Amino acid sequence: MTVLLWAAVAVIGGAGSVARFLVDGTVSAASGRDFPVGTLVVNLSGAVLLGLLTGLVAGPDAALLAGTAAVGSYTTFSTWMLESQRMAEERQHLKVAANIAGSLVLGVAAAELGRLIGAHL
Amino acid sequence: MPEPPLELALPPASGPSSGGTSEPALRSRVRLIPRADRREIAAIFAGGAVGTLARAALSEAFPRPPTDWPWPVFAVNMVAAFLLGYLVTRLQERLPLSSYRRPLLGTGLCGGLSTFSTMQVEILEMLSAHAWALAVGYTVASIAGGYAMIHLATAMVRRVRR
Repeated sequence: MTVLLWAAVAVIGGAGSVARFLVDGTVSAASGRDFPVGTLVVNLSGAVLLGLLTGLVAGPDAALLAGTAAVGSYTTFSTWMLESQRMAEERQHLKVAANIAGSLVLGVAAAELGRLIGAHL
Repeated sequence: MPEPPLELALPPASGPSSGGTSEPALRSRVRLIPRADRREIAAIFAGGAVGTLARAALSEAFPRPPTDWPWPVFAVNMVAAFLLGYLVTRLQERLPLSSYRRPLLGTGLCGGLSTFSTMQVEILEMLSAHAWALAVGYTVASIAGGYAMIHLATAMVRRVRR
């Protein structure tokens, strides 16, 4: 619980947020779809990474920095919910269902995939 | 104040530390993302640092076994959803366009405060521990709660419109 550790949490959290912004922007621009693909890609890639880390990382400090700070800040729950609610306001209910159920099912599968990869490394 | 065009936002020699080698790489990457500039990135970084600190502090203060309700992540996700719904609605529908409030508070603070990956790993751990009811309850409560927070915050901002 040192000052240095928490300073690292802040810096890594800031960097993870910037990484999310860049990946989201790049994927959204490339896909050009009327569906939040950018957030989906960010959240699924983050779930794979965190699943991988849970099996690999040793020690509470490393878990805090790599898991909670880096991957935790890279993925987002709030934007996922906002985009779903805004699509529902536009009566795109099929897309809302796909965005919520798809993220959940693929997200748990992605975390499991990461864990399996970690177990075989 | 309207955002300056990208050419103005990225002067060729704005930072003392940025050498000539990194400049073309940054330019080409930023060009992929409309409206991105260094101050916007700095705002996201600052907001994300604060949001991550708050979430990490809560998680460290309240450690839990995988078969307990994950209050820290659940709480930050609900708060972040409410804040983001409030902020985005207010910025888009009530306030004059601001360049840095959305990246600082929305993309940075709310994005750093909330997390999807930790929630997915928590659900996976509940499933691995055969805590089926907890896994379903946590999933449903997170989705219904997060959606309700956005809806509530949006309605609050729109109701006071005059």
